[in-house]
Amino acid sequence: MSKVALDRLVEKFSEEIVSTHDRHGDDTAIVKTQKLVEIMTFLRDDPTCAFEMLTDLTGVDLLGVEELRFQVVYHLYSLSKNHRLRIKVELPEEEPVVPSILEVWKAANWMEREAWDLYGIKFDGHPDLRRILLYPEFEGHPLRKDYEREQRQPLIPAREGREHL
Amino acid sequence: MSEENVLGNEAAVTTVEAAEGFFRKLLSRDEVQNTVNWGRKWSFFQYPFVTACCGMEYMATAGPRYDYSRFGAELPRFSPRQADLMMVVGTITHKQAPILRNVYEQMADPKWVVSFGVCASSGGFYRNYATVQGIDTIIPVDVFIPGCPPRPEAVLDAIMMLQDKVSKERRPLLPVVR
Repeated sequence: MSKVALDRLVEKFSEEIVSTHDRHGDDTAIVKTQKLVEIMTFLRDDPTCAFEMLTDLTGVDLLGVEELRFQVVYHLYSLSKNHRLRIKVELPEEEPVVPSILEVWKAANWMEREAWDLYGIKFDGHPDLRRILLYPEFEGHPLRKDYEREQRQPLIPAREGREHL
Repeated sequence: MSEENVLGNEAAVTTVEAAEGFFRKLLSRDEVQNTVNWGRKWSFFQYPFVTACCGMEYMATAGPRYDYSRFGAELPRFSPRQADLMMVVGTITHKQAPILRNVYEQMADPKWVVSFGVCASSGGFYRNYATVQGIDTIIPVDVFIPGCPPRPEAVLDAIMMLQDKVSKERRPLLPVVR
């Protein structure tokens, strides 16, 4: 996998990058949150990188494994150049906030809502950060590792003689 | 009570007797004779409450090869007011559960529910925070069809089972008659 985009990123934003690797052929860069929107705008607009498409935005909960509990992972794809890049951001447990990249790619809108819904990661600057997959009455963020697995929050009670398993 | 047979056949000869015979047959408790149940079981108007992949097999059963039109159940009515058989096809989440309950309550009696596929019958392989573990926790179900998705033959078998169930039923014909 060509490391062109990764090299350009390191060249331009060397202080913001925590680490990079390309294990299994996937170019990955772990960056700090402060200049995230600027980095993303650069990756989209720079002619060598040309990442027109955000294919995925997801959260990761590393409770007990890493010191910084949450991560947000961005997968970028360039349609014109056919290369991919993964950007990761590490967030502490007490304040899992990351700037929203909604102005860079519109696709981030619902993806950030999903990360909020399931992980509780806040996206600063998102105009409408509310639940997307679950219902508003749901309490908690179910994909966190400390959400009790067998916990159920039904909206309507079970019929007589039955129970919600 | 039979009088002289002017027509020369052995059927009920007087109009009174014919009428009595008709109503007797209509309301009889005998499963074979009961005309009302016969009518109901051969004319299901389905409400296909399709949410997921089982809908593909539902459509296949509707197609010409497996064809549930043979059972008189062809016409899907997408309004619960006009339907009597609700087929819950696919996964029902807790978010969808109030909607399902609402639609079920809007259907008029007599109504039956078929739980199509394992997700509707028991939650399927989604044993998690989001999925209702079987729709019989929220609405009464008459027939469960296992399968992920069920073969169309299983669906037709279920319709036949439901027909057996309907023919044995005893429901009031009108609220005032009983």
